Amino acid sequence: MDLGKKAGLKSCEKPLRNVFGDALLDLASSNPQVVVLDGDLGNSTKAETVRKAFPERFFNIGIAESNLVGIGAGMAACGLYPFIVSFSSFLLCNAYDQIRLSVAMSDINATIVGSHGGITLGKDGPTQMGIEDFALVGGLPTFTILVPSDPSMMHAMVKAAPEIQGPVFLRSSRVAMPYIYPEDDCPFTPGKANVVREGGDLTIIACGMMVAAGLDAAAELAGEGIEARVLDLHTLRPMDAETIAAAARETGALVCAEEHLLQGGMGSNVARVAAEHHPVPVRFVGLDDVYVESGDPWDLLKKYHLTAADIAEAGRAAVAAKQEGS
Amino acid sequence: MDIEALKETARQLRLDVLEMTTRAGSGHPSSCWSAVEVLTALYFGGILRFRPEEPWWPERDRFVLSKGHAAPLLYAVLARAGYFPMEELNRLRDIDSPVQGHPIQRGMPGVEATTGSLGQGLSIGIGHVLAGRLTGHSYNVYVLLGDGENEAGQIWEAAMSASHFKAGNLVAVLDYNKFQETGPIAREMALEPLADKWRSFGWRVSEVNGHDISQLLETLVLAGQMVAAAQPQIIIAHTIKGKGVSFVEQDFTFHGRALKPEQAQLAREELHGSG
Repeated sequence: MDLGKKAGLKSCEKPLRNVFGDALLDLASSNPQVVVLDGDLGNSTKAETVRKAFPERFFNIGIAESNLVGIGAGMAACGLYPFIVSFSSFLLCNAYDQIRLSVAMSDINATIVGSHGGITLGKDGPTQMGIEDFALVGGLPTFTILVPSDPSMMHAMVKAAPEIQGPVFLRSSRVAMPYIYPEDDCPFTPGKANVVREGGDLTIIACGMMVAAGLDAAAELAGEGIEARVLDLHTLRPMDAETIAAAARETGALVCAEEHLLQGGMGSNVARVAAEHHPVPVRFVGLDDVYVESGDPWDLLKKYHLTAADIAEAGRAAVAAKQEGS
Repeated sequence: MDIEALKETARQLRLDVLEMTTRAGSGHPSSCWSAVEVLTALYFGGILRFRPEEPWWPERDRFVLSKGHAAPLLYAVLARAGYFPMEELNRLRDIDSPVQGHPIQRGMPGVEATTGSLGQGLSIGIGHVLAGRLTGHSYNVYVLLGDGENEAGQIWEAAMSASHFKAGNLVAVLDYNKFQETGPIAREMALEPLADKWRSFGWRVSEVNGHDISQLLETLVLAGQMVAAAQPQIIIAHTIKGKGVSFVEQDFTFHGRALKPEQAQLAREELHGSG
């Protein structure tokens, strides 16, 4: 695995889910209002860190996502701050209606953690993969949608979540992601995208692990004389229209990259914003209307075209389209 | 407890529901009328502890209306209990009104949960129970279930977990009016043996005539005394759908609609006459 190598990023041995477990434990240690509700996957999501340290604030509701969400919503109504944690696919697909009424429509303060997002959980296969989560939670008004791109960002997001008004969806992942930000100093303002690389010829807009891939792609393109700006769009909603519009205006071409279906994902929403503010050529890297399969995560990323090379290729196409149009 | 006064309150509530839904031109009056005595006993019979002037008083007993389509009854009860002016009831289902067709959490003072998609209220009640243990508040949580809701899987997820968590202060009341939207429950989806199902999930079950206020109060008082037994409790209230308006009673075709003006006039006369 060479994610972030071309861009010179410092690697992190710890999978992002373990980072989540650490961050959640830190938060629970400092905030007694935090409770954790588990759908019997605490050992996989790493929410179990809190079970060990604060058993009275950890509730395994079992393999019953609808009940899990409802109980969490009731606790939120009593002033506690629930983290409702399970696999993204199971939570959103089993308990969508409960999330809709009891969380979104009720506009409660709680965080739903969708773990094992994307395809990089690998060998367990497509039944466990969360490749529709942005689209599903994106269909629910009131949610703030957060996608950490590195370990520092995961810490920053978990820490900030209880301060956010209304429900939060946070994606977690099974794989390790390299450091994009300094370990203890991650710039994170919900709704404000981070420019992680400057460039004037093209903007790569990415979230999650695709930010590191985007930086690799930018390094590759730089060798060809294309200077790509890279945006870490860590908050999918509210979407930072200002920074996206500026990128479109100043660089004239966009590539959107996400570990998610293209249908209803980050890119389609970025395109909506760009179309309204400053239409420019856009190319998309993501899963195109497909369920993937079991396999090594890095093999899967390659087979389904979610690598730095795919982003670079999309970047060349976007720049070419820009030049044709001018 | 002055049972006659409670009966009069129940009669008024039936009229409130009639006027609200007739004016709105839609709603579920018959589903409200089966539950009138249950809510009368809870709110006006000294069972629930609440402060209308401080609706979210942390020590309050909770009432979750899981069968959200009985919202007009809940609103009428809350208005008569002093949570908001009676005039608000005249805005049911109107645009720019907080009095929504189905309850929205905290949309009106005293509305604890967003319901209307059936099967969800019991889980929320369990959340309140578990939260109370951490926040140090001792309250009871009452959830009104519809009978048709027992067809939903989430109800049984909640039933299983309530007993796992020894939620003795969780009291469900089941409005067993024997009808769901499209027909008699026994015909559409057999629930029986219902009491046995709840018992087998670890609940303490009692059965009452859901229109007999004295019997309801006796059972609810006993439930309050049984909280320490750490076993969730369900009161199966045998009720009559549309109770109080003879031509609506037991007629499931009235489930999701208001009465026509001429029907409403007949109902009005009947309900006034029963005072």
